[in-house]
Amino acid sequence: MSTSLGSPNFAAIFFFFLFVSVTLAITYWAARRTRSTEHFYAAGRSVTGLQNGLALAGDYMSAASFLGIAGLVALSGFDGLIYSIGFLVGWPVVMFLIAEPLRNLGRYTFSDVVAYRLRQTPVRIAAAIGTLAVVTFYLIAQMVGAGNLIKLLFGIPYEWAIVIVGAVMMAYVLFGGMLATTWVQIVKAVLLLGGAFLLAVMVLVRFAMNPLALFANAAERFGAQVLAPGQLVADPLDALSLGIALMLGTAGLPHILMRFYTVPDAKTARSSVSYATGFIGFFYLLTFILGFGAMVIVGPDAIKAVDKGGNMAAPLLAEAVGGEGFLGFIAAVAFATILAVVAGLTLSGAAALSHDLWVNVVRAGKAPEHEQFLVARVAAVLGGLVSVALGIVFKGENVAYMVGLAFAIAASANFPALVLSVFWRPFTTRGAQASMLVGTFSALLLIFLSPTIQVSVLGRASAPFPLRNPGLVTIPLSFLVGMVVSLLTKERDAAENFDGMQHRLHLGPEADQV
Amino acid sequence: MSEKQRALEALAAAQWKLALRLTGAMMAVYFGFILLVAWAKPLLGRQLVPGLSLGILLGALVIVTAWILIWIYVRWANSHYDATVTRIRETGR
Repeated sequence: MSTSLGSPNFAAIFFFFLFVSVTLAITYWAARRTRSTEHFYAAGRSVTGLQNGLALAGDYMSAASFLGIAGLVALSGFDGLIYSIGFLVGWPVVMFLIAEPLRNLGRYTFSDVVAYRLRQTPVRIAAAIGTLAVVTFYLIAQMVGAGNLIKLLFGIPYEWAIVIVGAVMMAYVLFGGMLATTWVQIVKAVLLLGGAFLLAVMVLVRFAMNPLALFANAAERFGAQVLAPGQLVADPLDALSLGIALMLGTAGLPHILMRFYTVPDAKTARSSVSYATGFIGFFYLLTFILGFGAMVIVGPDAIKAVDKGGNMAAPLLAEAVGGEGFLGFIAAVAFATILAVVAGLTLSGAAALSHDLWVNVVRAGKAPEHEQFLVARVAAVLGGLVSVALGIVFKGENVAYMVGLAFAIAASANFPALVLSVFWRPFTTRGAQASMLVGTFSALLLIFLSPTIQVSVLGRASAPFPLRNPGLVTIPLSFLVGMVVSLLTKERDAAENFDGMQHRLHLGPEADQV
Repeated sequence: MSEKQRALEALAAAQWKLALRLTGAMMAVYFGFILLVAWAKPLLGRQLVPGLSLGILLGALVIVTAWILIWIYVRWANSHYDATVTRIRETGR
């Protein structure tokens, strides 16, 4: 099968410029409304539940899940679906334990909540280390993916692609802040959901609108094993470890957590998670159809011929069912997806640098508003430059493991401290610090010692640590360290302020203190 | 301890209990699925009707379970929890 992938595609360039023009117009509109730090980081707390639900979905559905999972299913069948499911099951946890406390207790970052009744400086520093580690690894994965993808889709050189992504994304964040970033996410989420849905319908038309006929066709042509678990999950402990990291990591991703500050109250935070879970679940159910559709209509060999990892399965499927114009549309959607996710990540990294480290640590919370606003923008520029630099430094490296690593650190460094600080009275400053630092560094160390790095990246024969993802060890370890250190270092203020925190958690920041 | 504080603590305890149960349910369902994937590969490969293997059905059901658990929580929070919060705010107990 011949494909026009990799040569300049008129439709792709048209749709890409359309998306960039619309989002830059939104940024111009948002820039005129972004006059304070509260606007810059929290969109003036004016976002509705449906809007934030779409924006959360936009932040979460990265190009990796759209292209990567479709490709994995197209090449290996059922095994790819395990990722689809793992990426969704964290959302109920966000709903039950995280969303409402975050909205009622914090201002801009999740450290606000952890530091609420503890000593600011040590907690903020530890939380910023965890946040920056997660954001950096996630950014590297996205930027390198972006460079490769755009090279494949549009045929432009890798470095140019990185610089274009960096420049457009910086315009969103720097001028439009959270308001522009939110609307970019909304536009992107609608495009991605609409594009994936359209693609699925065009596949199903060939199978009398019956997904089972599609799956049956795949089983007939490529063997019944494509509908059964294969070699991807060989070791149960490995599977559990990846599963727990995906699940609890979702509830610790700083760019996701930050979204809960953009809504007016806890009730809206709640409804936005419902919408987000609806959209994301729907999207991952569509990946079942897209993956098997690509397997049957394009064929695994044709997909592997373009990209060994299978990442081009969805664009190739679009070309097969809808021609060059539809390929262009799907390619532009994939580009838009990367831009939007990178913008969200950069904004959350900037918040950790300026709000946590500069305002609350260096200036001890006493920086005047205009200084906070200025520092926030400087940090955004810095974040943008760093992500472009990382994209270029890691060119050609195998960075697929970095998303898993970002989830493992988020689950081990951020999630335990967040839950303990909100729900466990004896939690102390030293406990929080220990939990976050042990979480971050144990995850980093064990990833380094795992087969993910030792065998896949460094090419050694075996690895000292057996699990590919460290979550199963590092998440319980982080909880345990946080609790033991807390019990050893009694902190009277932290325990006494627990009641005041509960009061605000349930009645909201507007309610009077007890 | 004031009446208001007692009411708040009761509400917090109820919220925590429900949140913990629902989180536990989600974990049990998801990890159950993962363990089946790891240990019962032939079972999950069995096709119930042509094209629908048990694995695909259960996988889709894990996603549906997430929706149902969220729906249970939202229903409780929108009715019971919000009403109690409003009552405590207004009457102080």
